[in-house]
Amino acid sequence: MSKKIKLMQGNEACVEAALMAGMRFYAGYPITPSTELAELSALHLPYYGGKFIQMEDEIAGIAAAIGGSLAGLKSMTATSGPGFSLKQENIGYAAIAEIPLVIVNVQRGGPSTGLPTSPAQGDVMQAKWGTHGDHPVIALSPDSVTETFNLTIRAFNLAEKYRTPVILLTDEVVGHMREKIEIPAQEDIEIYDRVKPKENEEYVPFKTEEGEIVPRMANFGEGHRYHVTGLFHDESGFPSNSSENAEVMLDHLMNKIDNNLDDIIDYEEYMMDDAEFLIVSYGSTARTVRSAIKALRAEGIKAGMFRAITLWPSPEEKLAEISKKFDKILVAEMNLGQYVQEVQRIVKSNSEVYHIGRANGEVTTPSEIVNKVKEVL
Amino acid sequence: MSSNLINEYFRESKLPHIWCPGCSHGIVTRAIAKAIDELGLDKDKVTIVSGIGCSSRAPGYMDFNTLHTTHGRALAFATGVKLANPELDVIVITGDGDASAIGGNHLIHAARRNIDITTIVFNNNIYGMTGGQYSPTTPTGALGTTAPHGNIDKPFDIAQLAAAAGATYAARSTAYHTTQLIKYIKKGIQNKGFSLVEAASICPTYYGRKNKSGSPVKMMEHLKNNFVDVKIIDKLPEEKKAGKELMGEFKDITAPEYTAEYLKLIDRLKGAAK
Amino acid sequence: MNTKDQLDLKINKEWCKGCNICVSFCPTNVLALDHNEKIEIVNIDACTKCGLCELRCPDFAIWLGGKDNE
Repeated sequence: MSKKIKLMQGNEACVEAALMAGMRFYAGYPITPSTELAELSALHLPYYGGKFIQMEDEIAGIAAAIGGSLAGLKSMTATSGPGFSLKQENIGYAAIAEIPLVIVNVQRGGPSTGLPTSPAQGDVMQAKWGTHGDHPVIALSPDSVTETFNLTIRAFNLAEKYRTPVILLTDEVVGHMREKIEIPAQEDIEIYDRVKPKENEEYVPFKTEEGEIVPRMANFGEGHRYHVTGLFHDESGFPSNSSENAEVMLDHLMNKIDNNLDDIIDYEEYMMDDAEFLIVSYGSTARTVRSAIKALRAEGIKAGMFRAITLWPSPEEKLAEISKKFDKILVAEMNLGQYVQEVQRIVKSNSEVYHIGRANGEVTTPSEIVNKVKEVL
Repeated sequence: MSSNLINEYFRESKLPHIWCPGCSHGIVTRAIAKAIDELGLDKDKVTIVSGIGCSSRAPGYMDFNTLHTTHGRALAFATGVKLANPELDVIVITGDGDASAIGGNHLIHAARRNIDITTIVFNNNIYGMTGGQYSPTTPTGALGTTAPHGNIDKPFDIAQLAAAAGATYAARSTAYHTTQLIKYIKKGIQNKGFSLVEAASICPTYYGRKNKSGSPVKMMEHLKNNFVDVKIIDKLPEEKKAGKELMGEFKDITAPEYTAEYLKLIDRLKGAAK
Repeated sequence: MNTKDQLDLKINKEWCKGCNICVSFCPTNVLALDHNEKIEIVNIDACTKCGLCELRCPDFAIWLGGKDNE
């Protein structure tokens, strides 16, 4: 198989990539603007011997996807705002039980039913803090159809490698726009599969082997009869009330991400070499920022952009370092001020942080960003 | 020290279990193991899924692939497990609240799909784990900590609900009628489709104390005396029917099973262009 | 399959929670609770090895086991 050039939507690219990453199970519930993900999975999966099921609600969608993953298939579910809210409890379940899973959230306007057909970036903080309790989070934010493809592959690989739910936080703009995309040949795509237990060895299901990141994962039905629970559990997998054990377990859950930030974190620096003004953005808003930067530069204002690709964990170290060079930073996002709080936390007193964004379903225009930059300067 | 059955199918190091003295959940759990033993199922292929509640603690004691999920969602998780690997014998252990309140939607839809999952409902008519609140199967007039003035809700008949929603096997027995219960569980597992076996269970600690139902023995006697087989109820004189609850088999039919239909669909598309 | 002759009534007092179910429903009054409210066998000669106690013990504390399987 060789590479193919296609014109496709972000949502289409996501399913194309998921299949190439090895997705063989999809369970979900229809919700605008993510429905293409369900429709295309339903269409294509049976040809690969994979399974699609439309569940009775959003909660059942993620629950079945977790079940599918435990039974050995790479699993995905997709949703948008209201459904993302409903899925939160089971995102936490997948986190504590260390079950690989990809959750796509094609963001739309909220709160509540909100603006079903309009874009938003209002679930950034929910992606991090939506489920109760402390837990690790990986959330990726693509700004184009091609990047949706690439980050979907990455989402599956990270989910398998770190045994954790991975959120692909796209939005209505990226999900529905059509762009040219070069789809690589299957053999050129790096795929990571979960590590299974060694044969003929006593399996301690939640024990991480020396030199490994996560416990080896046995699929149900392959001869290792073990227990999976959403309660705090010890290495054996059985519930434990001990606070000492809870601490050990939480440390493991957090450290598997925190100790591997170099492997996980991804960002883009756009026209940063000579930049005198910094704009931080992500996802579809970053596209507007690029246009604004070109316009600003035409007027002699040397602006550049730092684009977070992994929103969580945030590219903290790099942004902190960069921020030392800028007195002022503008954060552009499609909400009333979410990631700007993370940027403020990271840059501390290095820079003054400003925000531009709205949540009325309209994207911020390049000229609005240009004007905001001039106002700030 | 334990019987061969317990030794073979339970994680003995986890016993004794957490259930209260006289709680009949242990009786029902053992009945499931006995049914599995009599059917000679491969332990490595048996997967037991539960939600949250007293009954949902059962899988932790049982030596199979066991999955203790979130409240109400056992059937949704189990649907994923079964569809992803139809070779697994999937059994769901759930309680009356877990199955018919927070998980009611999943119950009717699993039944509607006729997916090959056997659901055992441990129905003790109360939320035990949280301390005795009324459940969707608490009888009208009964007391619970959230029904201190008497329950005004009408109870669900879970077995008949499942039958109406599309289950191809639906039956009810009790923790007292253990031999019959084991028989129904076996038939449920053997049925290629969605099966629900409701096991009327007793909660002496919360339901019993609150409703002055007496000792565990008294509550077991109530199961013995109050449940009448659906096959003979019509033969009883009117005065003997009053207040009786039905047990027996409510549905036992054959219909296309969900995962088998999906595999047929995959076969049908084989060789076709992607 | 063991025939009834090869079976012995066995108990595990450590798992018994003293609910009295086996005692009350034994058809031949073989069982009682001891002073610690744990199960004990008081009339083994009357035991018909019907196994109802095992079926209805919530705590897996009483069962019919093989004589050589102690």
